[in-house]
Amino acid sequence: MPPNDPVDDAARVLRGDKAAVSRALNLVEDKRANAHDRVAALLASLGSAPKALAGHRVGLTGPPGVGKSTLTAAIARAVRGRGRTMGVVAVDPSSIVSGGSLLGDRARMSFDPSDEGLFVRSFATAGEVGGLAYAVNSAVRVLAAAYDVVLIETTGVGQSEIDIVHVADTVALVIQPGSGDVLQFLKAGIMEIPDILVVNKADQKELARRAVADLQGALRTAHAVGVAGRNDDWETPILGTSATEGTGIEELIDALDAHRRHIEPTLAARRHRGDVQWVLDLFRRKHGDHGVSTLHGLAELTARAERELDDGQTPLSLCERLSRDYVATLRQTS
Amino acid sequence: MARSGKHKRDKPWIMRTYAGHSTASASNELYRTNLAKGQTGLSVAFDLPTQTGYDPDDPLARGEVGKVGVSIAHLGDLRALFEGLPLEKMNTSMTINATAAWLLSLYIAVAEDQNANRAALRGTTQNDIIKEYLSRGTHIFPPAASMRLTTDLITYTVNEVPKWNPINICSYHLQEAGATPTQELAYALVTAIGVLDAVRATGRIPESEFGKVVGRMSFFVNAGIRFVEETCKMRAFVELWDRITRERYGITDPKQRRFRYGVQVNSLGLTEQQPENNIIRIVLEMLAVTLSKDARARAIQLPAWNEALGLPRPWDQQWSLRAQQILAYESDLLEYEDLFKGSEVVEAETQHLVESAWAEVQDVLERGGAVEAVETGYIKQKLVESNAARLRSIESGEQVVIGVNAYTEGAPSPLVENLEEAILTVDPTIETKAIEALERWRAERDASAVEHAIAELERVARSDENIIPASIAAAHAGVTTGEWANTLRSVWGEYRAPTGVAGATVKASRTGAAPEVVDRLRKRLAELEARMGRRPKFLVGKPGLDGHSNGAEQIAIKARDVGFDVVYEGIRVSPEQIVASALEEGVHLIGLSILSGSHLALVPEIVERLRVAGLSDIPVVVGGIIPEADAERLRQQGVAGVYTPKDFELDQIMSDLIDLVDRQHAAE
Repeated sequence: MPPNDPVDDAARVLRGDKAAVSRALNLVEDKRANAHDRVAALLASLGSAPKALAGHRVGLTGPPGVGKSTLTAAIARAVRGRGRTMGVVAVDPSSIVSGGSLLGDRARMSFDPSDEGLFVRSFATAGEVGGLAYAVNSAVRVLAAAYDVVLIETTGVGQSEIDIVHVADTVALVIQPGSGDVLQFLKAGIMEIPDILVVNKADQKELARRAVADLQGALRTAHAVGVAGRNDDWETPILGTSATEGTGIEELIDALDAHRRHIEPTLAARRHRGDVQWVLDLFRRKHGDHGVSTLHGLAELTARAERELDDGQTPLSLCERLSRDYVATLRQTS
Repeated sequence: MARSGKHKRDKPWIMRTYAGHSTASASNELYRTNLAKGQTGLSVAFDLPTQTGYDPDDPLARGEVGKVGVSIAHLGDLRALFEGLPLEKMNTSMTINATAAWLLSLYIAVAEDQNANRAALRGTTQNDIIKEYLSRGTHIFPPAASMRLTTDLITYTVNEVPKWNPINICSYHLQEAGATPTQELAYALVTAIGVLDAVRATGRIPESEFGKVVGRMSFFVNAGIRFVEETCKMRAFVELWDRITRERYGITDPKQRRFRYGVQVNSLGLTEQQPENNIIRIVLEMLAVTLSKDARARAIQLPAWNEALGLPRPWDQQWSLRAQQILAYESDLLEYEDLFKGSEVVEAETQHLVESAWAEVQDVLERGGAVEAVETGYIKQKLVESNAARLRSIESGEQVVIGVNAYTEGAPSPLVENLEEAILTVDPTIETKAIEALERWRAERDASAVEHAIAELERVARSDENIIPASIAAAHAGVTTGEWANTLRSVWGEYRAPTGVAGATVKASRTGAAPEVVDRLRKRLAELEARMGRRPKFLVGKPGLDGHSNGAEQIAIKARDVGFDVVYEGIRVSPEQIVASALEEGVHLIGLSILSGSHLALVPEIVERLRVAGLSDIPVVVGGIIPEADAERLRQQGVAGVYTPKDFELDQIMSDLIDLVDRQHAAE
């Protein structure tokens, strides 16, 4: 197979050609050094796609076993039912021992294989402890250029939602009745308050009612001790769903849409902040704290990232440039 | 002089052969022959479309019609199945679960046509949906809807068909999925508790009559080659069931507390290598469920010696029936009271199993019970881990399997000299004929009666009325199996169960002969990843309706453990879905697992669809019960590798798979 020209593929990606989208995702996953420039070029050509600008990037996160895959499938059906297209990024952990992974999200989903408007890709975290998979940031940008809604499904309570905040416009946290840990995390401010709270398996009626009440209490406590959400003027709704019975799904989509409308005026700034954070994460992953201090510390690096992203750099190309600067500085000092 | 331990000879257990294939009339002939050979009960095997609620002309039924059992699409088929066999006199066991309520309704409708007395009907509907989610994979609906069907059937028969066993709680399939004796005991018992609690919650059975329900509960158990331990397991079952029925349900009548069970002995341990040895395994396993009179099976069916090779022929099944008859009629076993009464050794092992199983029962109940433990994947994950441990001990030689990992040299077996003829082949035109017959049936029935019956069925499904009367009416009206199931699907939806593989821990699942071998495989994969830029990604797919997912699960876990990124899709995925997944996921390799014998229909279709999608450069391997002649045909059609039960060395399979990806990468 000849190496695919990223820019050529970009036109096909914009049309939602599944083979092209898949190849673009293969490329963003490619860790070889010679792939980096091509990824940067691809993302640069997709960045201003109409779908990317107008679309919605949703993060769906929560502890294992709460039914996120089944919920994702139910959301996908409902979104398609409303005539919008959707791309899904499903992230599962890799084995620390073998580096391999079992990507099982598809097993819980049933969908029409001939549907051109739904695309699901599974990613392994590949040793990125606590974080999103290496390629997820780029993958979201590829899918955002091709589909109206991009949903990123991740497991975990703790570090991974902090990452998902940088890539998603709206973060929905899914729990099931009786999730005491999540309540504690919320109250203690270990996690940021999500944009939407979902109590799945709400078919367990009594338990679900109690879970909603507990969450309301936890939110009040969190507010009282000064834990903030991302938006001061948005009141986090608490919704009950049953992915198996299909109840509450339409309401969830309404809430996602309402949040998307709510943040419209600040969306560009919000995504810009996410990009800055992504640059910093990538750079730190590569060069560690030493890299950050060599380039004059976090505050200076953040300011520079903000500036240069404004000047038209993409996060990946900017990271390459920072790397070159770091290496050059090292050479000068040695 | 000491009193003799002998007494009047006991009545033997019911002897059955799990049988049925292709058409109703062909199976009817088989039943008549089997009864003439001295079989005392019928055990009906249904094909997968019937078990999962599809008509023969449904696209999902392609390749599966009449394969692993008989196709029953409507009343006419069931009538033909029992032609000349008066149902009042039969004792019929039906291996049917998701569509059990429908098959029982058809059975009652046939009995009504024969003017048989409903109260005289005897037999069993398996009707245990929990183990379908865990092991056998023929479920259709979400757990709550499935439990409703289960309890509808039970609450109907307990008064209307009082001699019917409405449910057979299956520990059988748990063992096939890898359960240890403790797990087999515990998970079967929590299933029974889940069902009884659900029946009680319907409020249809007055508390004073609840004993009747408990008394009709029966079990379907497995027996493996460790037959002493298995004997103790059966004694443990008897003791635990007595405790549960007494303490949890307050049943005072000892007859209603009796642990009633039928058996099919272990198929999991039957080998493809030196297959003649299997008849010896089967006989030893039968001892486990017959030796102890106090824990003796009420009905036994034995697998055939050549099951790992393909479908058994009538002669193969006859050989297994003869084994039962020799034990029951020639030997003196039935002349004695319980042989183990007072045995300290047997009692100690029994108590050990009782205690460990009781602890596991409590654990699952604390997690919310059987249904909850299915939905969270807890039990499934435990089974997957146990099975991985079992395979590991065979691969390492710790568990000896004669002809497989020990004493593998031997003279060639005359029984399999002509392998082609050593198994049954199903007439490939069956499917077309079944579709034509179904079209005739649809054309000849009263369309408005059908419409009315379906509307009524849908109304009842939305209510909390019992589904059985409306189903019997639908059977008489000529409604088909697919129509019945689709009506309920439209109300309740479908369910994809947890696979248990993602959570199976590396420590518990780590397989392989030696850690060095695994390390070497991991290094090769890491090196390949560096060259390819991406970690090799492997799609494991189970096309068709077959739900036996052990093989696919173990390959998926093993591949993860050597370092592949594995996309596992669960059971019952269509060829279209597999190709769509391969495209969207950007995989480097596809593995297909098929045990129902439909590989010649499904695999070429997938290969062709991959070609159309421009993905023919992805190597495809296939695993399953695949006769060599079929394997050769698949290889000719572009399949890169075929694996059968004799390929027990997972490390070798993994090494082959890495080679395939490496070669493909080098070619690009």
